[in-house]
Amino acid sequence: MITTAPEPVETAPATPGGRAWRRFRADKVGVAALVMVAILAVIALVFFVLDRLGIPFPMDPDATNLERKLLPPNSVNWLGTDNLGRDVFSRILNGTYISLTVGFVAVFVSLFIGVVVGAVSGYFGKWVDNVIMRAVDALMCFPTFFLILTAVALLGPSIFNIIFVIGLVSWTGTARLVRAEFLTLRESSYVQAARALGQRGWKIIFCHILPNAAAPILVTAVLGVPEAILAEAGLSFLGFGVQPPQATWGNIIADGKTYILDAWWLILFPGLAILLAALSFYLTGDALRQAVETRSERQ
Amino acid sequence: MTTFVVRRLLLSLVLLFFISVISFFIVTLTPGSPYPWGELNPKVSEEVKRVFREKFHLDRPLHEQYAFIMRDLFTGNLRSIKDERPVLEKIAERLPATLVLNLGALALSLSFGLMLGVYGARHAGRAPDVITSIAAFIFIALPGFWVSYLVAIALVNWAAVPILGTHTIGVAFANGAQVFLDRWWHVMMPASILAIGGIAVQSRFIRASMIETLREDYIRTARAKGLDENTVFFRHALRNSIRPLITGIGMLLPALIGGAVIIENIFAYPGMGRLGYEAVLERDYPTLVALNFVTAALVLLGNLLADLLYAVVDPRVRLE
Amino acid sequence: MSKTILQVRDLCIDFILEDRTIEAVKGATFDLAAGETLAIVGESGSGKSVTALALTRLLPVPPAEIKRGEILFDGADVMKMTASQLRKLRGGKIAYIFQEPSTSLNPVYTVRSQIAEAVRLHRPDVTDVDAEVVRWLDAVGIVDAAKRMHDYPHQLSGGMQQRVMIAMALACQPDILVADEPTTALDVTIQAQIMDLLSSLKERFGMAVILITHNFGIVSGFASRVLVMYRGKIVEQGPTAEILRAPKHAYTRALIDCIPQLDSKDKRLKTIDHAALDAA
Repeated sequence: MITTAPEPVETAPATPGGRAWRRFRADKVGVAALVMVAILAVIALVFFVLDRLGIPFPMDPDATNLERKLLPPNSVNWLGTDNLGRDVFSRILNGTYISLTVGFVAVFVSLFIGVVVGAVSGYFGKWVDNVIMRAVDALMCFPTFFLILTAVALLGPSIFNIIFVIGLVSWTGTARLVRAEFLTLRESSYVQAARALGQRGWKIIFCHILPNAAAPILVTAVLGVPEAILAEAGLSFLGFGVQPPQATWGNIIADGKTYILDAWWLILFPGLAILLAALSFYLTGDALRQAVETRSERQ
Repeated sequence: MTTFVVRRLLLSLVLLFFISVISFFIVTLTPGSPYPWGELNPKVSEEVKRVFREKFHLDRPLHEQYAFIMRDLFTGNLRSIKDERPVLEKIAERLPATLVLNLGALALSLSFGLMLGVYGARHAGRAPDVITSIAAFIFIALPGFWVSYLVAIALVNWAAVPILGTHTIGVAFANGAQVFLDRWWHVMMPASILAIGGIAVQSRFIRASMIETLREDYIRTARAKGLDENTVFFRHALRNSIRPLITGIGMLLPALIGGAVIIENIFAYPGMGRLGYEAVLERDYPTLVALNFVTAALVLLGNLLADLLYAVVDPRVRLE
Repeated sequence: MSKTILQVRDLCIDFILEDRTIEAVKGATFDLAAGETLAIVGESGSGKSVTALALTRLLPVPPAEIKRGEILFDGADVMKMTASQLRKLRGGKIAYIFQEPSTSLNPVYTVRSQIAEAVRLHRPDVTDVDAEVVRWLDAVGIVDAAKRMHDYPHQLSGGMQQRVMIAMALACQPDILVADEPTTALDVTIQAQIMDLLSSLKERFGMAVILITHNFGIVSGFASRVLVMYRGKIVEQGPTAEILRAPKHAYTRALIDCIPQLDSKDKRLKTIDHAALDAA
């Protein structure tokens, strides 16, 4: 007859963050995706640094060499060359920097706007909330890519504008999340306790409400990066992204449009890069979402 | 039920107002120089610029500009900068083609998304589910224009299949069935590629919804009654899990119409997306305002229909 | 002496969670005779619901795992039953009603269709299913049954929903009705009505009843035998009158003490001191 419970293999970590991290670690696909994200970030960073220092690696992405134009993948140019003889591999690596920058900063912008709008809406409630939420609903009706395209075309396609516009169009999800968090927690007993103790509005917002919303906001942020990357790629493809000669994944493909039948490598490889980057972020984000879900339904 | 419908309609009108305001703000984005020919172009005289400014009410305060544009839009007087034709007319020309394309893509997304999602949930955690899940993520991450291009190369190069436009030139000489099939093919190609992401996203939502429904108490009751697993799954769980299909309409429509811009471009499909791209190239901002407004309004309409559909599916909503 | 229709021997059930394993039921052993009413009493977490669900293998596996034990229904070993045998057992021989009637009925189907589904499954010989549905709704005391059966669950009150659950369970004419905390989610007045209903139905149709509850108060007058469970173990069992008169185990005594008495002079309700019990 068993009289004592068997010893658990590992004691569960105390904090919700710790538990979430452990669950994330257990998801092999998520971890692999996160590793990929890290690799991409490192590449982007390396290129950024090298760019600032003026050192090209492995070949100068802007160096034209008309004698070596439109070559298929070979020992010197691992992924071939484009119509101006530029090395595709270097240009793709260079594009990583643009794509990730746009991705991260645009998400940052959208997070900022989303948190502010959601907080105001959720904190004040009543008609303020109503008006803001109707405006949010209306914004969500717009076909996002077309709106981005319109705005970027009219403002001018600089990297700053692109980031700003993408951020300006993507904040609605975060706003809803934050607002929901505010609405539920505003009336919760521990916020009322904090108020009773005399804490001011700001402190309540930052110390109590936002930390609770942090996890889903983080998930939304991670999932927002690939959206931004895909939007930027689309813009570049149409010619409204970051302008040549700066390489972005989208405009390498755009350049390749004319040579589509002769130079398949100009279309295939940058596309794979986009796919790989977007996939890594999506998988990481999904694994993250599963890890932080407060599974109250679990047993 | 009628109160529900009336309330929903009033809400839609409010949203339509907000949509018009947001669309209008696009005009204000043109920093200082809405002229399509550039501020400093010496060939253009001051007189021409003045007439242009007057015509488009650019010197008036913002809210008056808004009133003017909305009035012109709704009376059909808003004209394209490019060819002076009323914008609504140009949009109306392209509307049927766009509707066919997007509704087709929507139908594909919802139906295949449902099937894949249900399949994944039925075998949750096991190999078929893992494979379909990974496939779904890959599909979501695929850039639409890239796939279109690869498919285009493949079809044109290796299969000599015509893909551009709405019909193959010369098909009018063929018989009725062939004409129909030809048109069908020309819509289905871009619609399928457009739907790839939609299918994947829908399948994830349906799968999650089914897995969550299976945890409900009434599922335990169904099993306790002695029902076999298939009946429990398809008769009891499924009907309670299809909410995401309906919310999916609201989510997918903006994405589909937006994605259509590039796809219509690649396949030379004469829809609103193509019109939009051309307008963007020309900085034809009346057209741009109108297009953004119309597409958002269409999405709004889709959402309204979706909400009404909720009432059909869920008796709890119906009897409020 | 009626025959024994259910025999449970040394039932041990574990729940395997992500970071630890819980022993939910430790060696439960008891019998149930035809037509008998047995009450399983204990607080939340004592393992009583888990035991009841295990009788027809309704526990989700994983995370549950029946480590060992025997469950014999009418001589047949439930643990060895095939899927189709289990399906005949569930509802047809052993039927359940649950604690939350509002969430235990499918919200998108009418009352009629949910009961009819059960009838068609276990009693294929019935030709007029609708008449049968009306008959059972009447039997559980639903007024205007022929009209009510076209209602959806959310249109009914909590008490009526539970009556529908009972009708659905009994329409299959089971040998055992397992009632898992049937009145806990209901108002006190409705509680009494439902218990009365169960009593009269038991008289009328003669099925055995396993009543699961944490409330010793509804046990007397209803159940002839009682099983007391604490932390997964059966700490005491026997005829109700005897247990109430002379409880042997400390926990049973504590439970009985917890029943609020109208004429009590105590100012506070009694609670159970787990620490002391665990040490005992």
